[in-house]
Amino acid sequence: MATIETTGRMIGTSIGRKEDAALLRGRGTFVANLTLPGTVYMALVRSPYAHARIRSVGLDAARSAEGVVAAFGAADLAEDWKGPLPCAWPVTEDIRVPAHYPLASDEARYQGDAVAVVIADTPARARDAAELVEVDYEPLPAVADVEKALEPGAPLVHADLGTNQCYVWKLDSGDVQAAIDSADVVVTRRYYQPRLIPNAIEPRGVLAQVGPTGDVTLWSATQVPHILRFGLQLVLGVPESKIRVIAPDVGGGFGSKLNVYAEEALAVAVARRLRRPVKWLEQRSENYVATIHGRDVVHELTFAATRDGKITAVRSAATCAMGAYLQLVTPGIPLLGAWVYSGPYEIPNYSVTFTGVFTHTTPTDAYRGAGRPEATYVLERTMDALARELGLDPVELRRRNMISSFPHTMASGLTIDAGDYHASLDRLLERLDLDAIRAEQQARRERGEAKQLGVGFSTYNEMCGLAPSRILGAIRYAVGGWDSATIRFQPLGSVQVVTGTSPHGQSHETTWAQIVADQLGVSVDEVEVLHGDTAVSQLGMDTYGSRSLAVGGIALYHASQKVIAKARRIVAHQLEVSEDDLEFANGTFSVKGSPDRSMDIRAVAFQAHAAHNLPDGMEPGLEETATYDPANFSWPGGAHAAVVEVDTETGDARLVRYVAVDDVGRVVNPAIVDGQVHGGVAQGVAAALYEEGAYDEEGNLLTTTMTTYLVPSAAELPSFETDRIETVADNPLGVKGVGETGTIAAAPAVINAVVDALSHLGVTDIQMPATPERVWRAIQEAKQ
Amino acid sequence: MRRVVLTVNDVRHELELEPRELLVDVIRDRLGLTGTNIGCDTSSCGACTVLLDGESVKSCTLLGVQADGRSVTTIEGLGNGALHPVQQAFHEHHALQCGYCTPGMVLAAVSLIAAGEATSEAAIREGLEGNLCRCTGYHNIVQAVKTAAGVA
Repeated sequence: MATIETTGRMIGTSIGRKEDAALLRGRGTFVANLTLPGTVYMALVRSPYAHARIRSVGLDAARSAEGVVAAFGAADLAEDWKGPLPCAWPVTEDIRVPAHYPLASDEARYQGDAVAVVIADTPARARDAAELVEVDYEPLPAVADVEKALEPGAPLVHADLGTNQCYVWKLDSGDVQAAIDSADVVVTRRYYQPRLIPNAIEPRGVLAQVGPTGDVTLWSATQVPHILRFGLQLVLGVPESKIRVIAPDVGGGFGSKLNVYAEEALAVAVARRLRRPVKWLEQRSENYVATIHGRDVVHELTFAATRDGKITAVRSAATCAMGAYLQLVTPGIPLLGAWVYSGPYEIPNYSVTFTGVFTHTTPTDAYRGAGRPEATYVLERTMDALARELGLDPVELRRRNMISSFPHTMASGLTIDAGDYHASLDRLLERLDLDAIRAEQQARRERGEAKQLGVGFSTYNEMCGLAPSRILGAIRYAVGGWDSATIRFQPLGSVQVVTGTSPHGQSHETTWAQIVADQLGVSVDEVEVLHGDTAVSQLGMDTYGSRSLAVGGIALYHASQKVIAKARRIVAHQLEVSEDDLEFANGTFSVKGSPDRSMDIRAVAFQAHAAHNLPDGMEPGLEETATYDPANFSWPGGAHAAVVEVDTETGDARLVRYVAVDDVGRVVNPAIVDGQVHGGVAQGVAAALYEEGAYDEEGNLLTTTMTTYLVPSAAELPSFETDRIETVADNPLGVKGVGETGTIAAAPAVINAVVDALSHLGVTDIQMPATPERVWRAIQEAKQ
Repeated sequence: MRRVVLTVNDVRHELELEPRELLVDVIRDRLGLTGTNIGCDTSSCGACTVLLDGESVKSCTLLGVQADGRSVTTIEGLGNGALHPVQQAFHEHHALQCGYCTPGMVLAAVSLIAAGEATSEAAIREGLEGNLCRCTGYHNIVQAVKTAAGVA
């Protein structure tokens, strides 16, 4: 068990956010708010067809339109690209990775695939002129359905590959087939998880400037300025040392801004050619086709179990849509769930297979939870199916299978350092009052009411805090999973923190300041946290996968210990005592037994910079950097319950209550952690009840605006009840990560609740999202 | 081009506008008030909400010329430098994360409270239906508006 190294002064306190002062006053630095002298505006011409041969691209009319500065097709820019847009996670040796350049040249392969750019003096003129580009398309057959794409004779997304299969990846442990053959009960269920469209409220946007020596500055609404800098060198051939990427205020990401996008490379290439700053702002309708989607996975999940409910094997086979191309980590997304198909349960035999498939659709990639919601959904749905099969209470079935001692090495091979799944379930039941819900449910059933009540559970764990670099290397991820932090005392005692993580709503400016204040005994107001600029933060792996606190926060802790160690040497030297004779508390070093002989750390900072009297050989200044590579993933977990009311006449399902009990380890700022849970749960509920990115047979996206894709408003959701238990992760702060827990847990809890509400009518399954039509049909089918 | 007079945050502006210019573009591009954000192109998200003669309106649903002679309040004009009670409540309840929907959400809440319609949690949720937030799940936004409106 780890020892927690905090003073408890600042960690664990819900202080108000430092970020709010600007954002509440409308002083955010979002890319849309930034311009440079001479800026010109880029608009993209996008394919209206899911699959078409591009016979010609006519730019003359656009080029002669009012205000137009330039227009380029793929052939015009071919020399600009030193490599394709990168895929950083080729998950198998024989994976098929199609070349993916910023503009399509021979064929358009999804609706929204970019074929030309137009640059004009205003955004409106650029968009108007883009309409004048004459692209001669020859429409070709398309396939949007992930299973149909594997059928013989299906239209090929990349004809040169000869197949739509991208890869097959397997993880096997134990003897699953033997366990199935000898099981008392075998349950197999099939699930489709539709596409989800992330819908950060700020669409993407970029502003590119290229200096006279070819130096590049790119402002981008990105979660990953460091990874983007790396990617830009690969695509543009500009050395990273000459690239500065700035992620200013970024209006949400949820994985959708974790990428190296065509428009980022295009803006730089065009700025380089025109010698003028180039700005592109994504329109929402563009966002629906041009920004990555999530999910779109078909699963078949099998449990083998004993009659008394002990699960002896789990086998998952998933067919996962890649879309038309592999974006940054497209093929790896299923793998992020590969180790949690046993969830918080002890299941000795384990088999997971993923088949990645190309379709004529927008590429998929990371969307909140990335792989773990997919796994947890099928696992938790099938727990309920097995409970019905066995005639067991679903809560009891979960209890009988829960891991109960830690550390625990799973059949899948990874080790969970800490947790207490029974405790989170106990706490959930304390808060829920299940007996009252069941009584109300029974009463409504007996009265034959139109509005029926259902309760659903999801006990989950997740693997986050991405990630140990050695493990990432072993699963063929191209880069590391460490992060860095610098703590820099200024001469007069204020503190700058530089973090390699890149927040876009997660409140790092506040929580990082809390950690530093806690460790160094300064006030939160004395700490400024700098982030999101590769010229300021040279080292970092950015923000995704609930990694910032569990990796970047630990780097920050280690940097603080280095600062304290150097300061201690200075104080020992100046007070002429041994380092061991010094205590450090609340920002002050004092000599043990002589508390009047002391030095404040701010005064030490001044001495470090004045350098009048430092130990021999010591470099001036008080600034330390630490990089931290975690030894393990972190493992949050918990127990969630949803209560829904389903109108059996209209099929309308409404969430009426949601209780979340999470174990995210030690909590730095409880209000911020609650906020992450609220937002995560809302996105999981949205997936369960409202959101679905749908294509027709020809590959036309049917949900292309916020009017056809239902992002829920406040009116669709209740307030949430959140609670926590706390087990301590094996790192100096004991933290695990919280950004994805709610999204992972919520969807199966809600669908389990909808099915529970209708179980007395014979309903056993409803595909998500449980729209009124689907619910109504399920009721009608169960009647027959 | 058409000449219009707009009062924005108590400052009178005489502007020559193209008929197609949306109010939100006038506010952002002509007047440089970038606190009003744009989140969609279908008047769905509410990020561009401002007050027009005291009532909330999505500034992408109006042409600039339609606001001729009227008074607009944007997020920059709220609170006279100090935080308005709704902004203060948002801060205290951690009702914003990325902050992109926040200016519109705050102004929608100000309008809802001023109209006397923020009378219960349910009324607040219905009243904010036109403003989307992707970060907070609305929980803390609703708490903040309840506090600002004095609803228990």
